[in-house]
Amino acid sequence: MLNRTAENVARATPEPLARKVRGISDKGLAWLFISPTILLLLAINIFPLFWAIYLSFTNYRANRPNEVVKNLGFANYQRILGDQDIWIAMQTTAHFVFWTILLQTLIGFTLAWLIDRKFRGHAFWTTLILVPMMLSPAVVGNFWRFLYEPQIGLFSYVISFVSGIPPTSIQMLSNVSLAPWSIIIVDTWMWTPYVMLICLAGLRSIPEYIYEAAEVDRASNWRQFWSITLPMALPFIMLAVLFRGIENFKMFDMVNLLTGGGPGSTTEVASITLKRQAFESWRTGYSSAFAIILFVAVFGLANIYVKALNKVKQR
Amino acid sequence: MKSSLKMALGMASAMVASTAVSNAAHAEDLTLCWAAWDPANALVELSKDFTKETGIGMKFEFVPWTNYADRFLNELNSHGKLCDLIIGDSQWIGGAAENGHYVKLNDFFDKEKISMDDFVPATVVGYSEWPKNTPNYWALPAMGDVVGWTYRKDWFSKPELQKEFKEKYGWDLGPPKTFDQLKQIAEFFQKRQIDGKTVYGASIYTERGSEGITMGAMDVLYSYGFQYENPKKPYEMQGFVNSDKSVKGLEFYKALYDCCTPPGASNSYMGEGVDAFKSGQVAMHMNFAFTWPGLQKDENVGGDKIGYFVNPKGPDGDQFAQLGGQGISVVSYSDKQESALKYIKWFANKDVQAKWWALGGYSCLNAVVNDPKFPSSQPYAQAFLDSMAIVKDFWAEPSYAPLLQASQKRFHDYVVAGQGSAKDALDGLVKDWTQVFQDDGKM
Repeated sequence: MLNRTAENVARATPEPLARKVRGISDKGLAWLFISPTILLLLAINIFPLFWAIYLSFTNYRANRPNEVVKNLGFANYQRILGDQDIWIAMQTTAHFVFWTILLQTLIGFTLAWLIDRKFRGHAFWTTLILVPMMLSPAVVGNFWRFLYEPQIGLFSYVISFVSGIPPTSIQMLSNVSLAPWSIIIVDTWMWTPYVMLICLAGLRSIPEYIYEAAEVDRASNWRQFWSITLPMALPFIMLAVLFRGIENFKMFDMVNLLTGGGPGSTTEVASITLKRQAFESWRTGYSSAFAIILFVAVFGLANIYVKALNKVKQR
Repeated sequence: MKSSLKMALGMASAMVASTAVSNAAHAEDLTLCWAAWDPANALVELSKDFTKETGIGMKFEFVPWTNYADRFLNELNSHGKLCDLIIGDSQWIGGAAENGHYVKLNDFFDKEKISMDDFVPATVVGYSEWPKNTPNYWALPAMGDVVGWTYRKDWFSKPELQKEFKEKYGWDLGPPKTFDQLKQIAEFFQKRQIDGKTVYGASIYTERGSEGITMGAMDVLYSYGFQYENPKKPYEMQGFVNSDKSVKGLEFYKALYDCCTPPGASNSYMGEGVDAFKSGQVAMHMNFAFTWPGLQKDENVGGDKIGYFVNPKGPDGDQFAQLGGQGISVVSYSDKQESALKYIKWFANKDVQAKWWALGGYSCLNAVVNDPKFPSSQPYAQAFLDSMAIVKDFWAEPSYAPLLQASQKRFHDYVVAGQGSAKDALDGLVKDWTQVFQDDGKM
C-alpha cells in the first residue's frame, strides 16, 4: 500500500524535478539537511574561535579600528602567564569552584537520598527545593544583594539573631574574608537543586532487586549505602560535578551582580578579569589570549575528567 | 458616483500626503544619546523648543550610568548610526577625536561665530579640546559638573550638637574648610543617634565597576598635591603620582572610608550616595553637582535642611575638585550631521543656555554663570561656581579606559579591601600607567 502511494507520488512529480531529486544520493541529501546547522556553527562558533586565536597574537584593540594591527607573536601569552593579577584571579576562581562543587555535591546528594526515601509529601518538597534553580541569575544576584545588606538585609538580621553580633557588623559583601563566601552561599543555594536532580536520577536508576538481595544477605543500611548506593550513583554524581565545574569556572553574572569582583579584587574571578580586559580596557588581543588559555584549561581538564568518568562507568 | 469617486481619491491622496509628511518629519528626527539621569529629563523638556523652532523632531537614547560607557563606546566603535548627537563623558574626548568618532567643530564654530571664549575655560579644556590646551574642538560644553559636598544643615545647626562639637574639637560646627575638619565632622556624626535613628559621617565614592572610587579618591588626592605627570615632561609619573603628598592623600581617603561611612558602603557611587543622603543616613555626602537640584527639592532632606560646600583644602592649602560633566558632539557616522549641527548652534544660544540652567541643567556659558543674579538663583549656585573654578580632570587620553581600570583596581584594593599600603597602591599605579603608555608608544 505504502509502495503504491510512493509510486503514485513519483509518477505525479514533474519529470525534471523528479530527475533532480532522484539524482541526489542519500549522503548528499544528508549533507543538504545538516548543512544549515554546520554553516551556522561555523559562523557563530568555529570562525570566532579561530579569529580569537588569530587576534591573541596581535595588539588589536576593538576600540581603535583604524590603528595598524601588529603581530606580537607569543607576547600576549607570556604577559598573561607572568601577570600576578591573573594568577590571583585564577586562584580566586579555583577557590570558588572547589567550595561550590564540594558543598553542592554534599548537600545535593543528601537531599536526593532523602527525597528518594519517598516520604509523605516528597513531591511537594522536591518542587519547593527546585525553585531557586528556576530563577534567573540576575534576579537571584539582585535580591541576595538586598538580603546581605547590613542595615536592612534579612540575612544579616538572622545571623545577628542567632549569634548576637549587631547586624551592621555583618558586612557580607564588604568584608574581604566574607565576600568570597557570600558568593559561594548564593551559588550553592541556587544550584544545589540541579545537583540533587541528577543524583536523584542516579539513585532511581539502581534496581530494587539489588537492595532486596542485600537485605537477604543481612547487609546493614550503612553497608548497602557504601557498597550499592554510592558506587552505582557515582557516575551521575561525577556528571553533576562536571557540569557544575564547567559552569562555575566561567561564572560571571552572579559575581558581577553581588560584588562586581570586590572588595578590591577579592572576588575577581577569571571571567570578570577577562571582561574588564576585553570590554573596559579594550585590550582585545590580550583578552583573546586570556580567553584561549581559559578555553584550553577547561577543555583539557574536562577531557581528563570525562576519561575518569568513563572508567568509573565501566567498573 | 463621480463625486464619491472624487471623494475617495481625495481621501486617498490626503492619506498618502499625510504619510509622506509624517515620514519626512521622521526622516529628520535626531537621536541624542546620553546618560539616564535628572539633567537628561531637563534636556528633553528644553529640546521641545528646538523642535518648535526648526520642525526637527528629537528622540533620546538614555542609558543608566553603570552601562553608559559600555553602551555608547560600543556604539561608536562599531560605527553605529544610532546617535546623531552624543553627550559623551569628558574622558572620551581623546579616543573619540583620534578614532574619528566625533566631527571636528572648528570650521562650524567659525562659520556660526560660536566662540569658545564665551564658555567657562575649564569646561572648554575638559569637554571640548583634544589635544588638551590646543584650539581643536570636538564638542560644545554642554553640562558643567564637578564633585562637591552636601551636608545636613538642620543637624549642623542643632544647638546641643554645636555645643558638644565645639567642646570636643575647639571650633564651630559648620561646613569644613579643610579635609582634616571634614574628617572630624564625619567622626563626630558616625553612629550618632539623631531623631531616634543611627546616622553616619559621610557617603563617599567607593564603587569598583566603572569609575567611582577613582573619582572620589582623586577628588581628595588633588588637594593633597597629587599630579598626573611631570608638568615639564609629559608622561613622567614617577615621583608625581606616587609622591609623599599623594600617599598622604590616599591614606586620608582610606581613613575616611574606615572611620566614617555607613556599613556596607563598599561599592557606592552617585546613586548609592544620593540614597544614603535622602534616607537620612549621613551627615555629609560627596557627589557630582548634578544631584543637587534633585536633593534641594527633596521633601525629607531638601529645602532648609540641606547645605552645599566646595571640596575642602588639603594640608598645604591647595584646593581642587574632580571635574565631571560632558560636551555635546556630532557623531561622524550620522547621516543627519547638518541637522545635528543646527541643534548645536541652537544649544549654544544664550537664552537657551539660561533656560537650561533654570530647568536643572548646568550651563557652561559665561554669560549665564557670570550673571550677577546667578549665585542667588539657586541655593547651590555659589558652591557650583566656586567648585568649577578649581577643577582637575582624569586622563583624557585615547587609552583612558585601561588607565581608569588600573586606578579602580589599585584604589579599591587599598581603600576598601585594605590590601598593602597607600605607597604600594600608587607605585603599582605608576607601573600600570607606564605600561599603558608604553603600549601606546608614548613612552
